[in-house]
Amino acid sequence: MILSNTEMIAGYKVTNHVGLVQGNTVRAKHVGRDFMAGLKNIVGGELKGYTELLEDARKEATDRMIADAHSKGANAIINVRFSTSAITAGASELYVYGTGVVIAQ
Amino acid sequence: MTGLGFSALLLIIGVFFGSRAQKKHVANLAAREAALSHMFVTNLRTLPATEKPPLLVTGSVVIAFDYFRRFIAGFVMLVGGRITMYETMLDRARREALLRLLEQAEAAGAREVHNVRYEFSRVGHTTKGGAELLAYGTAII
Repeated sequence: MILSNTEMIAGYKVTNHVGLVQGNTVRAKHVGRDFMAGLKNIVGGELKGYTELLEDARKEATDRMIADAHSKGANAIINVRFSTSAITAGASELYVYGTGVVIAQ
Repeated sequence: MTGLGFSALLLIIGVFFGSRAQKKHVANLAAREAALSHMFVTNLRTLPATEKPPLLVTGSVVIAFDYFRRFIAGFVMLVGGRITMYETMLDRARREALLRLLEQAEAAGAREVHNVRYEFSRVGHTTKGGAELLAYGTAII
């Protein structure tokens, strides 16, 4: 599966559009990470636990989008966009979407 | 009174360690940016033609809104104006996110990344949380 956040891929021709494909996941932080984040809030800097959590979550959302594209018969996803939203104080939704296409060289 | 003392202590710790960490991080960013200066980055939407398929690359970082910054920002917000501390914080985060993206692209053998986008979102509590900076783009191999 070829993924790109551009609208076209040079060298390839889109032979068929299968429509919008998407994947999402909602993740909550856990207490241990939150405790470390509390400490970090005193001195500032990166919240590594959160970075890893969101990286994992984004990967899962992307995998779901790829599965969606597979099931629709696409071999590439173009114009991929990421979006994150905080739904409640402790949880975030990771959403990935794009256009599933069939491409050929 | 103890509450006030505790707040003052947190502030002092925040200022001392925060500014030390910031100096270190800025030096680290500059070194890594210099090492990756051969990478060509654009936010253009069209890709040049290549033989190998393109690769979606990402880089992200979650940063804390620390006690000291919130405290000072609270004062600035009374009168309005620039909050330079937040400016430098977000600048550092954005550079870090882009560097992680570039490191991923370079590891895959790419020399160019196109259509780079930044995404910002709050995570966690309003008082205890932070913000995520995400950079993503298409690497050309």
